[in-house]
Amino acid sequence: MTWQTLLVGAHGLQWADLVSLFLHFLMLSMLAIGGAITTAPDMHRYVVGERHWISDADFTASVALAQAAPGPNVLFVAVIGYNVAGLAGVASTLAGSLIPSTVVAVAAARWGHERREARGVRAFSAGLAPLTIGLLLSTGWVLALPTAARWSTLGLVAFTVVLMLRTKISPLWLIGVGAAAGVAGWA
Amino acid sequence: MSPTATLDDATLLALRTPASAGELFKVFNRLALQGFGGVLPIAQRELVERERWLTQQQFVELLSVSQVLPGPNIVNLALMFGDRYFGWRGAAAALAGIMLAPLVIVLLLAVLYAKFAVLPVVAGALRGMGAVAAGLVITTGLKLAVTLRKNPMGSQLCVLFTTLTFVAIALLRWPLVWVLLGVGGTAIAVAWHKLGPAARVPQ
Repeated sequence: MTWQTLLVGAHGLQWADLVSLFLHFLMLSMLAIGGAITTAPDMHRYVVGERHWISDADFTASVALAQAAPGPNVLFVAVIGYNVAGLAGVASTLAGSLIPSTVVAVAAARWGHERREARGVRAFSAGLAPLTIGLLLSTGWVLALPTAARWSTLGLVAFTVVLMLRTKISPLWLIGVGAAAGVAGWA
Repeated sequence: MSPTATLDDATLLALRTPASAGELFKVFNRLALQGFGGVLPIAQRELVERERWLTQQQFVELLSVSQVLPGPNIVNLALMFGDRYFGWRGAAAALAGIMLAPLVIVLLLAVLYAKFAVLPVVAGALRGMGAVAAGLVITTGLKLAVTLRKNPMGSQLCVLFTTLTFVAIALLRWPLVWVLLGVGGTAIAVAWHKLGPAARVPQ
Protein backbone atom coordinates (compact mmCIF):
# COMPACT_ATOMS: atom_id res chain seq x y z
CA MET A 1 0.00 0.00 0.00
CA THR A 2 1.43 3.38 -1.01
CA TRP A 3 1.29 6.56 1.05
CA GLN A 4 -1.00 8.00 -1.57
CA THR A 5 -3.49 5.16 -0.99
CA LEU A 6 -3.25 5.41 2.79
CA LEU A 7 -3.98 9.12 2.71
CA VAL A 8 -6.68 9.58 0.08
CA GLY A 9 -7.57 6.01 -0.86
CA ALA A 10 -7.45 4.02 -4.05
CA HIS A 11 -10.20 6.03 -5.70
CA GLY A 12 -8.15 9.22 -6.04
CA LEU A 13 -10.84 11.52 -4.70
CA GLN A 14 -10.42 15.25 -5.25
CA TRP A 15 -10.90 18.01 -2.69
CA ALA A 16 -14.39 18.72 -4.04
CA ASP A 17 -15.33 15.05 -3.51
CA LEU A 18 -14.03 15.10 0.06
CA VAL A 19 -16.06 18.26 0.77
CA SER A 20 -19.21 16.60 -0.67
CA LEU A 21 -18.55 13.53 1.48
CA PHE A 22 -18.14 15.73 4.57
CA LEU A 23 -21.30 17.74 3.82
CA HIS A 24 -23.42 14.64 3.21
CA PHE A 25 -22.41 13.09 6.53
CA LEU A 26 -22.91 16.49 8.20
CA MET A 27 -26.49 16.55 6.96
CA LEU A 28 -27.12 12.94 8.02
CA SER A 29 -25.73 13.64 11.48
CA MET A 30 -28.58 16.08 12.13
CA LEU A 31 -31.11 13.44 11.04
CA ALA A 32 -29.58 10.65 13.13
CA ILE A 33 -32.25 10.57 15.79
CA GLY A 34 -32.02 7.25 17.61
CA GLY A 35 -28.40 6.61 16.67
CA ALA A 36 -26.07 6.85 13.69
CA ILE A 37 -27.00 3.39 12.44
CA THR A 38 -30.49 4.66 11.53
CA THR A 39 -28.92 6.74 8.73
CA ALA A 40 -26.87 3.83 7.30
CA PRO A 41 -29.39 3.19 4.46
CA ASP A 42 -28.91 6.74 3.19
CA MET A 43 -25.11 6.53 3.52
CA HIS A 44 -25.33 3.37 1.39
CA ARG A 45 -27.48 5.15 -1.21
CA TYR A 46 -24.91 7.97 -1.44
CA VAL A 47 -21.46 6.30 -1.38
CA VAL A 48 -22.46 3.06 -3.17
CA GLY A 49 -25.43 3.94 -5.39
CA GLU A 50 -24.92 7.57 -6.35
CA ARG A 51 -21.12 8.06 -6.23
CA HIS A 52 -19.91 4.45 -6.78
CA TRP A 53 -16.98 5.06 -4.44
CA ILE A 54 -17.22 1.64 -2.74
CA SER A 55 -19.03 -1.64 -3.48
CA ASP A 56 -22.06 -3.05 -1.73
CA ALA A 57 -19.88 -5.75 -0.10
CA ASP A 58 -17.38 -3.12 1.14
CA PHE A 59 -20.23 -1.24 2.77
CA THR A 60 -21.63 -4.28 4.59
CA ALA A 61 -18.16 -5.36 5.72
CA SER A 62 -17.50 -1.85 7.09
CA VAL A 63 -20.58 -2.02 9.33
CA ALA A 64 -19.87 -5.60 10.49
CA LEU A 65 -16.26 -4.79 11.33
CA ALA A 66 -17.16 -1.79 13.50
CA GLN A 67 -19.77 -3.93 15.29
CA ALA A 68 -17.16 -6.54 16.15
CA ALA A 69 -14.48 -4.05 17.24
CA PRO A 70 -14.50 -2.39 20.68
CA GLY A 71 -15.98 1.10 20.92
CA PRO A 72 -19.06 3.01 19.82
CA ASN A 73 -20.90 1.60 16.80
CA VAL A 74 -20.69 5.04 15.14
CA LEU A 75 -17.12 4.09 14.19
CA PHE A 76 -18.59 2.25 11.18
CA VAL A 77 -18.70 5.75 9.72
CA ALA A 78 -14.90 5.94 10.02
CA VAL A 79 -14.44 2.56 8.31
CA ILE A 80 -16.69 3.67 5.42
CA GLY A 81 -14.63 6.86 5.18
CA TYR A 82 -11.42 4.83 5.14
CA ASN A 83 -12.70 2.57 2.36
CA VAL A 84 -13.87 5.56 0.32
CA ALA A 85 -10.80 7.80 0.63
CA GLY A 86 -8.21 6.59 3.16
CA LEU A 87 -7.40 8.76 6.16
CA ALA A 88 -8.76 11.90 4.46
CA GLY A 89 -12.05 10.02 4.10
CA VAL A 90 -12.00 9.12 7.82
CA ALA A 91 -11.58 12.81 8.68
CA SER A 92 -14.46 13.80 6.36
CA THR A 93 -17.03 11.26 7.52
CA LEU A 94 -16.15 11.35 11.22
CA ALA A 95 -16.02 15.15 11.50
CA GLY A 96 -19.26 15.41 9.52
CA SER A 97 -20.95 12.88 11.80
CA LEU A 98 -19.75 14.33 15.09
CA ILE A 99 -19.48 18.13 14.86
CA PRO A 100 -23.14 19.19 14.56
CA SER A 101 -24.51 16.57 16.95
CA THR A 102 -21.82 17.39 19.52
CA VAL A 103 -22.78 21.07 19.61
CA VAL A 104 -26.50 20.27 19.77
CA ALA A 105 -26.07 17.62 22.48
CA VAL A 106 -24.06 19.86 24.80
CA ALA A 107 -26.35 22.86 24.28
CA ALA A 108 -29.49 20.76 24.84
CA ALA A 109 -27.99 19.07 27.89
CA ARG A 110 -27.23 22.44 29.52
CA TRP A 111 -30.67 23.82 28.72
CA GLY A 112 -32.41 20.69 30.04
CA HIS A 113 -30.27 20.23 33.13
CA GLU A 114 -30.93 23.80 34.31
CA ARG A 115 -34.66 23.17 33.98
CA ARG A 116 -34.68 19.54 35.14
CA GLU A 117 -37.42 20.17 37.72
CA ALA A 118 -39.69 21.92 35.19
CA ARG A 119 -42.84 20.02 34.25
CA GLY A 120 -42.07 20.00 30.53
CA VAL A 121 -38.54 18.63 30.95
CA ARG A 122 -39.70 16.00 33.46
CA ALA A 123 -42.56 14.95 31.16
CA PHE A 124 -40.09 14.72 28.26
CA SER A 125 -37.63 12.38 29.99
CA ALA A 126 -40.28 10.35 31.85
CA GLY A 127 -42.41 9.97 28.72
CA LEU A 128 -39.50 8.78 26.59
CA ALA A 129 -38.09 6.33 29.17
CA PRO A 130 -40.37 3.42 28.12
CA LEU A 131 -39.47 4.08 24.44
CA THR A 132 -35.78 3.87 25.33
CA ILE A 133 -36.35 0.42 26.85
CA GLY A 134 -38.39 -0.60 23.79
CA LEU A 135 -35.61 0.58 21.44
CA LEU A 136 -32.96 -1.34 23.43
CA LEU A 137 -34.99 -4.54 23.27
CA SER A 138 -35.57 -3.91 19.53
CA THR A 139 -31.83 -3.54 18.92
CA GLY A 140 -31.22 -6.79 20.82
CA TRP A 141 -33.93 -8.46 18.71
CA VAL A 142 -32.49 -7.23 15.41
CA LEU A 143 -28.97 -8.35 16.40
CA ALA A 144 -30.24 -11.73 17.60
CA LEU A 145 -32.34 -12.51 14.49
CA PRO A 146 -29.44 -13.86 12.36
CA THR A 147 -28.53 -16.19 15.26
CA ALA A 148 -31.96 -17.84 15.28
CA ALA A 149 -30.93 -20.04 12.35
CA ARG A 150 -28.91 -22.28 14.68
CA TRP A 151 -29.87 -23.54 18.13
CA SER A 152 -26.30 -23.32 19.43
CA THR A 153 -26.02 -19.63 18.47
CA LEU A 154 -29.41 -18.83 19.95
CA GLY A 155 -28.24 -20.69 23.07
CA LEU A 156 -25.23 -18.37 23.21
CA VAL A 157 -27.58 -15.35 23.28
CA ALA A 158 -29.66 -16.90 26.09
CA PHE A 159 -26.53 -17.95 28.02
CA THR A 160 -25.28 -14.33 27.87
CA VAL A 161 -28.59 -12.92 29.14
CA VAL A 162 -28.79 -15.36 32.08
CA LEU A 163 -25.16 -14.87 33.14
CA MET A 164 -25.36 -11.07 32.88
CA LEU A 165 -28.56 -10.96 34.98
CA ARG A 166 -27.34 -13.40 37.64
CA THR A 167 -23.63 -12.66 38.01
CA LYS A 168 -21.20 -9.75 38.10
CA ILE A 169 -18.96 -11.31 35.44
CA SER A 170 -17.33 -8.85 33.04
CA PRO A 171 -18.97 -8.81 29.57
CA LEU A 172 -15.46 -9.03 28.15
CA TRP A 173 -15.21 -12.69 29.22
CA LEU A 174 -18.50 -13.46 27.50
CA ILE A 175 -17.29 -11.83 24.27
CA GLY A 176 -14.23 -14.12 24.55
CA VAL A 177 -16.48 -17.14 25.02
CA GLY A 178 -18.50 -16.05 21.97
CA ALA A 179 -15.37 -15.71 19.84
CA ALA A 180 -14.07 -19.11 21.03
CA ALA A 181 -17.44 -20.77 20.33
CA GLY A 182 -17.37 -19.25 16.85
CA VAL A 183 -13.84 -20.47 16.17
CA ALA A 184 -14.87 -23.95 17.36
CA GLY A 185 -17.70 -23.87 14.81
CA TRP A 186 -20.58 -23.71 17.32
CA ALA A 187 -21.87 -20.30 16.28
CA MET B 1 -36.17 -8.47 39.64
CA SER B 2 -36.34 -7.15 43.22
CA PRO B 3 -32.60 -7.57 44.00
CA THR B 4 -31.88 -5.06 41.22
CA ALA B 5 -34.40 -2.62 42.70
CA THR B 6 -32.76 -2.70 46.13
CA LEU B 7 -29.34 -2.34 44.52
CA ASP B 8 -30.67 0.79 42.84
CA ASP B 9 -31.78 2.22 46.19
CA ALA B 10 -28.41 1.39 47.71
CA THR B 11 -26.50 3.11 44.90
CA LEU B 12 -28.70 6.19 45.30
CA LEU B 13 -27.36 6.58 48.85
CA ALA B 14 -23.72 6.19 47.90
CA LEU B 15 -23.53 8.12 44.63
CA ARG B 16 -20.07 9.40 43.68
CA THR B 17 -18.93 12.17 41.32
CA PRO B 18 -15.97 12.13 38.91
CA ALA B 19 -12.93 13.84 40.48
CA SER B 20 -11.40 15.35 37.33
CA ALA B 21 -11.59 15.54 33.55
CA GLY B 22 -8.72 13.04 33.57
CA GLU B 23 -10.82 10.54 35.50
CA LEU B 24 -13.65 11.04 32.98
CA PHE B 25 -11.24 10.24 30.15
CA LYS B 26 -9.96 7.15 31.97
CA VAL B 27 -13.38 5.70 32.77
CA PHE B 28 -14.91 6.40 29.33
CA ASN B 29 -11.79 5.00 27.66
CA ARG B 30 -12.05 1.85 29.80
CA LEU B 31 -15.71 1.29 29.03
CA ALA B 32 -15.26 1.98 25.30
CA LEU B 33 -12.48 -0.59 25.03
CA GLN B 34 -14.71 -3.24 26.62
CA GLY B 35 -17.62 -2.43 24.32
CA PHE B 36 -17.57 -5.08 21.62
CA GLY B 37 -20.72 -4.84 19.52
CA GLY B 38 -21.83 -1.66 21.30
CA VAL B 39 -20.80 0.29 24.36
CA LEU B 40 -24.21 0.75 25.98
CA PRO B 41 -24.30 -2.41 28.14
CA ILE B 42 -20.79 -1.67 29.43
CA ALA B 43 -21.64 1.99 30.04
CA GLN B 44 -24.56 0.93 32.23
CA ARG B 45 -22.38 -1.50 34.18
CA GLU B 46 -19.42 0.87 34.60
CA LEU B 47 -21.25 4.18 35.24
CA VAL B 48 -24.07 2.79 37.39
CA GLU B 49 -22.79 -0.40 39.02
CA ARG B 50 -19.02 0.15 39.24
CA GLU B 51 -18.30 3.91 39.45
CA ARG B 52 -21.74 4.73 40.91
CA TRP B 53 -21.77 8.09 39.12
CA LEU B 54 -25.46 7.63 38.17
CA THR B 55 -28.47 5.71 39.49
CA GLN B 56 -30.25 3.34 37.10
CA GLN B 57 -33.01 5.96 36.93
CA GLN B 58 -30.62 8.79 36.02
CA PHE B 59 -28.93 6.56 33.45
CA VAL B 60 -32.25 5.87 31.69
CA GLU B 61 -33.13 9.56 31.68
CA LEU B 62 -29.74 10.57 30.25
CA LEU B 63 -30.01 7.80 27.68
CA SER B 64 -33.55 8.83 26.71
CA VAL B 65 -32.43 12.39 26.03
CA SER B 66 -29.33 11.26 24.11
CA GLN B 67 -31.56 9.04 21.97
CA VAL B 68 -33.83 11.89 20.92
CA LEU B 69 -30.98 14.26 20.14
CA PRO B 70 -29.33 13.85 16.75
CA GLY B 71 -26.07 11.91 16.72
CA PRO B 72 -24.71 8.66 18.13
CA ASN B 73 -26.43 7.83 21.45
CA ILE B 74 -23.48 6.75 23.51
CA VAL B 75 -21.36 9.65 22.26
CA ASN B 76 -24.14 12.09 23.19
CA LEU B 77 -24.39 10.45 26.61
CA ALA B 78 -20.64 10.85 27.17
CA LEU B 79 -20.74 14.50 26.04
CA MET B 80 -23.70 15.40 28.25
CA PHE B 81 -22.29 13.61 31.28
CA GLY B 82 -18.83 15.17 30.84
CA ASP B 83 -20.28 18.64 30.29
CA ARG B 84 -22.37 18.38 33.45
CA TYR B 85 -19.24 18.18 35.62
CA PHE B 86 -16.46 20.09 33.85
CA GLY B 87 -18.14 22.01 31.02
CA TRP B 88 -16.59 21.82 27.56
CA ARG B 89 -13.39 20.37 29.09
CA GLY B 90 -15.33 17.47 30.59
CA ALA B 91 -17.30 16.94 27.37
CA ALA B 92 -14.06 16.85 25.37
CA ALA B 93 -12.41 14.46 27.87
CA ALA B 94 -15.35 12.03 27.80
CA LEU B 95 -15.57 12.23 23.99
CA ALA B 96 -11.83 11.61 23.56
CA GLY B 97 -12.00 8.75 26.05
CA ILE B 98 -14.79 7.01 24.20
CA MET B 99 -13.50 7.63 20.64
CA LEU B 100 -9.69 7.80 20.36
CA ALA B 101 -8.40 4.32 21.21
CA PRO B 102 -11.34 2.50 19.53
CA LEU B 103 -10.83 4.60 16.37
CA VAL B 104 -7.19 3.51 16.09
CA ILE B 105 -8.16 -0.13 16.69
CA VAL B 106 -11.01 -0.18 14.17
CA LEU B 107 -8.82 1.39 11.45
CA LEU B 108 -6.07 -1.18 12.06
CA LEU B 109 -8.74 -3.89 11.82
CA ALA B 110 -10.04 -2.38 8.57
CA VAL B 111 -6.57 -2.76 7.07
CA LEU B 112 -6.20 -6.34 8.36
CA TYR B 113 -9.74 -7.41 7.53
CA ALA B 114 -9.21 -7.13 3.79
CA LYS B 115 -6.54 -9.85 4.10
CA PHE B 116 -8.20 -12.29 6.49
CA ALA B 117 -11.96 -12.00 5.90
CA VAL B 118 -12.01 -15.16 3.81
CA LEU B 119 -10.83 -17.41 6.69
CA PRO B 120 -13.78 -19.39 8.17
CA VAL B 121 -12.24 -19.05 11.65
CA VAL B 122 -12.48 -15.24 11.45
CA ALA B 123 -16.07 -15.35 10.15
CA GLY B 124 -17.03 -17.82 12.93
CA ALA B 125 -15.49 -15.70 15.66
CA LEU B 126 -17.36 -12.63 14.37
CA ARG B 127 -20.65 -14.59 14.45
CA GLY B 128 -20.04 -15.82 18.01
CA MET B 129 -19.20 -12.32 19.20
CA GLY B 130 -22.31 -11.00 17.47
CA ALA B 131 -24.51 -13.45 19.39
CA VAL B 132 -23.01 -12.37 22.73
CA ALA B 133 -23.42 -8.70 21.74
CA ALA B 134 -27.14 -9.33 21.13
CA GLY B 135 -27.45 -10.94 24.58
CA LEU B 136 -25.69 -7.98 26.22
CA VAL B 137 -28.08 -5.43 24.70
CA ILE B 138 -31.14 -7.48 25.69
CA THR B 139 -29.84 -7.74 29.27
CA THR B 140 -29.34 -3.97 29.47
CA GLY B 141 -32.94 -3.44 28.34
CA LEU B 142 -34.23 -5.89 30.96
CA LYS B 143 -32.17 -4.34 33.77
CA LEU B 144 -33.23 -0.80 32.94
CA ALA B 145 -36.88 -1.85 32.61
CA VAL B 146 -36.95 -2.07 36.43
CA THR B 147 -36.61 1.73 36.60
CA LEU B 148 -40.02 2.14 34.94
CA ARG B 149 -41.60 1.30 38.30
CA LYS B 150 -40.68 4.77 39.50
CA ASN B 151 -42.01 6.44 36.35
CA PRO B 152 -44.79 8.99 37.02
CA MET B 153 -46.93 7.37 34.29
CA GLY B 154 -47.18 4.13 36.29
CA SER B 155 -45.94 0.66 35.34
CA GLN B 156 -48.88 -0.40 33.18
CA LEU B 157 -48.73 2.56 30.79
CA CYS B 158 -44.94 2.20 30.62
CA VAL B 159 -45.23 -1.47 29.62
CA LEU B 160 -47.76 -0.42 26.97
CA PHE B 161 -45.43 2.22 25.46
CA THR B 162 -42.42 -0.14 25.60
CA THR B 163 -44.42 -2.86 23.83
CA LEU B 164 -45.73 -0.45 21.17
CA THR B 165 -42.18 0.75 20.48
CA PHE B 166 -40.86 -2.82 20.23
CA VAL B 167 -43.65 -3.93 17.87
CA ALA B 168 -43.30 -0.85 15.64
CA ILE B 169 -39.49 -0.89 15.43
CA ALA B 170 -38.44 -4.54 15.79
CA LEU B 171 -41.39 -6.33 14.16
CA LEU B 172 -42.97 -3.85 11.75
CA ARG B 173 -39.70 -1.96 10.99
CA TRP B 174 -41.41 1.41 10.87
CA PRO B 175 -39.20 4.51 10.45
CA LEU B 176 -37.92 5.66 13.82
CA VAL B 177 -38.90 9.29 13.33
CA TRP B 178 -42.61 8.38 13.07
CA VAL B 179 -42.46 6.14 16.11
CA LEU B 180 -40.74 8.87 18.14
CA LEU B 181 -43.31 11.47 17.04
CA GLY B 182 -46.35 9.18 17.45
CA VAL B 183 -45.66 6.93 20.43
CA GLY B 184 -43.11 9.32 22.01
CA GLY B 185 -45.35 12.37 21.60
CA THR B 186 -48.28 10.53 23.18
CA ALA B 187 -46.12 9.28 26.07
CA ILE B 188 -44.79 12.78 26.78
CA ALA B 189 -48.35 14.15 26.76
CA VAL B 190 -49.46 11.42 29.19
CA ALA B 191 -46.46 12.09 31.47
CA TRP B 192 -47.22 15.84 31.35
CA HIS B 193 -50.82 15.14 32.40
CA LYS B 194 -49.81 12.71 35.19
CA LEU B 195 -47.19 15.05 36.61
CA GLY B 196 -49.85 17.73 37.19
CA PRO B 197 -49.29 21.46 37.62
CA ALA B 198 -47.09 21.00 40.69
CA ALA B 199 -44.48 18.82 39.00
CA ARG B 200 -42.50 18.05 42.11
CA VAL B 201 -42.37 14.29 42.35
CA PRO B 202 -40.13 13.33 45.31
CA GLN B 203 -36.84 11.85 44.09
